[in-house]
Amino acid sequence: MKDFGNLKIGILALQGAVAEHVQSVQKCGASAVAVRREPAIIKELDGLILPGGESTTIGRLGSLYGFREEIRNLAAGGKPLFGTCAGLVLLAEEVEGQDPLLPLLSVSVKRNAYGRQRESFEADLEIEALGSEPFCGVFIRAPRITSVSREVEILAEFENTIVGVRQGNIIATAFHPELTDDLRIHRYFLLQALESRASRTPSTAS
Amino acid sequence: MAVNKGTFRVKKGMAEMQKGGVIMDVVNPEQAKIAEASGAVAVMALEKVPADIRVSGGVARMADPEIISAIMEAVTIPVMAKCRIGHQAEAQILEFLGVDYIDESEVLTPADEKYHINKHKFTVPFVCGARDLGEALRRIGEGAAMIRTKGEPGTGNVVEAVRHLRQVMAQIRLVENAPEEELMTIARELGAPYEQLREVKAQGKLPVVNFAAGGVATPADAALMMQLGADGVFVGSGIFKAHDPQKRARAIVEATLHFDDPEVLAKVSRKLGEAMAGIDMAMLTDADRMQIRGA
Repeated sequence: MKDFGNLKIGILALQGAVAEHVQSVQKCGASAVAVRREPAIIKELDGLILPGGESTTIGRLGSLYGFREEIRNLAAGGKPLFGTCAGLVLLAEEVEGQDPLLPLLSVSVKRNAYGRQRESFEADLEIEALGSEPFCGVFIRAPRITSVSREVEILAEFENTIVGVRQGNIIATAFHPELTDDLRIHRYFLLQALESRASRTPSTAS
Repeated sequence: MAVNKGTFRVKKGMAEMQKGGVIMDVVNPEQAKIAEASGAVAVMALEKVPADIRVSGGVARMADPEIISAIMEAVTIPVMAKCRIGHQAEAQILEFLGVDYIDESEVLTPADEKYHINKHKFTVPFVCGARDLGEALRRIGEGAAMIRTKGEPGTGNVVEAVRHLRQVMAQIRLVENAPEEELMTIARELGAPYEQLREVKAQGKLPVVNFAAGGVATPADAALMMQLGADGVFVGSGIFKAHDPQKRARAIVEATLHFDDPEVLAKVSRKLGEAMAGIDMAMLTDADRMQIRGA
């Protein structure tokens, strides 16, 4: 197993399920920082997670307190971003009935696409990038990815809908890996962070 | 492929997505839209806010489904609605309507003075009020997936919300530090289910999300509740009974995020106009105190 001990991963902490991602990242062996008050901290990170929450709330607070530019700069520097649920909505280029926030991911999404809370569900997903063992997808008032452009790789599908994607250094899922004990998606993300860090460090890593 | 709806994980997870947020009471679609645009993470659809329920007296019941549906259509954020304590038929109606969370609430007149709803039987998650750890864990034992400290609704006075949150937090610390062999006795003393109490000891916190409620009226009130350890806040009458609801709603959302930054708190507290009038607890008789309903 890879050693993630040198990685410093931020979790955007404007609102939502921050603590769960912090725990997942720590369980993988990397250090986790909740980024709540100071957007400038984002510069020092090896990667950033945009958690689940209410995308309208996070979007409003993110614009208001100057997080947008810092997140876009992080992505432009080749560092990885990982969005879950609302995080996916914030990353998407097109959001039905709403202005996009960042937008960094060439997908269209529809919010609450599976229905209201009573339709929220768990289902096993087959995700090739993670191996043969199914991954428990927890979908809570989840968005659906309705279309993707050519440069987007599809990571996960559920009943013919796209629920997980990757485009270069950006990973996004409609479901919540942080609500399970399965760390494979977080490790997958940390691996990108490790590679991105190696490519930024010219000589052998310390 | 098996699809499981209404698992405790998706019920509890829904509340986890609300953390750090403000849930606002609204009585019509216009208010709901103001709440959403101001950054609320959810709205509570009501026929009357608690302050008006106090004034009008009589029996307070579940809101007219027409109002709830209109609010659900007006916004994309989650919509919660209240049923009376123990009134499972009202809860069934709310579930049928598709509300995202049911609040089995002491703000309405209790339908049952002894028993709460068996919330495990529902697909839609429930939030319930509590004044101490025992009450919180009893509600979780009945299936509640979210807790809110009760406070005293509709008073614009934060003192009871503070009392209840401090009480819950102090009892969690006690349980966390108690040796294993004392847990059963503590469970008996608190009237808490033993298994839930063990969870509290293991995690050092409630097993579900805990918001503060009942009397929050200003950005500073919201910040105080967050400083005391709430996961988020409910604001009932505090917003739409104030002079400038939109400005106040935005200010409370920002104060909840920056709860430990006096500079931001000072900025958002400026020129908000008059807050709701508020009531001193000494003016309330036991009959006026909603918090003692359904323990």
